[in-house]
Amino acid sequence: MREILDDIDRWHSAGKRVAVARVVDTNGSGPREPGAAMAVSEDGEVAGSVSGGCVEGAVVSEALAILRGEAESRIVTFGYSDDEAFAVGLTCGGTVHLFIQPLEW
Amino acid sequence: MSVYEKFSALVRDDQPMSLLTVVRGPGTGRVMLVDPSGTLDGSLGDPDLDRVASRDAIGELEAGRTGVRHYGPNGQTTPEDLADAETVEVFVESFAPPPQMWIFGAVDFTAALARVAKVLGYKVTVCDAREVFATKRRFPMADEVKVTWPGPQFTDHGGRLGARDAVCILTHDPKFDVPAIEGALATRVGYIGVMGSRKTHTKRLERLAEVGISSAADLARLHSPIGLDLGGRTPEETAISIVAEIIAVRTRRNAAPLAASDGPIH
Repeated sequence: MREILDDIDRWHSAGKRVAVARVVDTNGSGPREPGAAMAVSEDGEVAGSVSGGCVEGAVVSEALAILRGEAESRIVTFGYSDDEAFAVGLTCGGTVHLFIQPLEW
Repeated sequence: MSVYEKFSALVRDDQPMSLLTVVRGPGTGRVMLVDPSGTLDGSLGDPDLDRVASRDAIGELEAGRTGVRHYGPNGQTTPEDLADAETVEVFVESFAPPPQMWIFGAVDFTAALARVAKVLGYKVTVCDAREVFATKRRFPMADEVKVTWPGPQFTDHGGRLGARDAVCILTHDPKFDVPAIEGALATRVGYIGVMGSRKTHTKRLERLAEVGISSAADLARLHSPIGLDLGGRTPEETAISIVAEIIAVRTRRNAAPLAASDGPIH
């Protein structure tokens, strides 16, 4: 999370809302450990990463939907091994569980 | 000050703390910050849950672990209590300061080991009693270079060493390595490695016995000769074999090739 604080502060001081996605759990091979974080500003700017680049695009869409109030803060799962998983997969074949929420705490 | 403002200030200052977030169940999205003294900012939505989860978080922080824990809405943890209750999933994120590596002996191997340790994120301290060798100019990659005997270094700072930290003794010199081993064994450090040939190792065991270090528990903590058997020779190759051993000790793996084993990789 440390590496994204400067961007978050910059967006906050410009009056922008921010959502944060954090890896909370992984199954099988996962490129990033729990705690890896990515921030998305309300106009779609991105800081940090939560995988090797496999799922970041989908995370931005989810984060923006949550910021617009179209979806609740929640755990989103990416990976092929889960029936309910999103269509976006990880090249390593693992599964990553992300918690995405507006940074309003 | 918001929880986030306090959180970002602590992270930037490398202060240890845990950030707890309800990621599923009642109160999803709530956060609480816990510092090692148990001071809480924010709340997960129930005072008993806050108390139980913060106690767990301090333990996780000590171990440097991050992950999801399950509770009942009032902090229940036993399977019987959880059976009829809604589950609150709490993501416990440990922000621990970087692990430390203390290297004793300002020798050629030291520079290579310090470089490799930096790649892995260690805060590296190089110690040697000889002023001409223990210089920042010879070890620019180290965070600290100290002219000191092992005794005072452990007496003054040994309490700071924990399970994630490492002590590597590369001195090859009995008047230096015996007190360094004594000092390291008196701490809670997770890895103690001592360099030397098998002959040196055998002689060192005799000298350790003379100062009263002979228990199986103590000797089991010493990785001597230091490093995995990679067959390397150069200081850089030796450094890789040392840090590889440190990783294997932490993960309790036997460091065989993945191709020669089956089962999960992580």
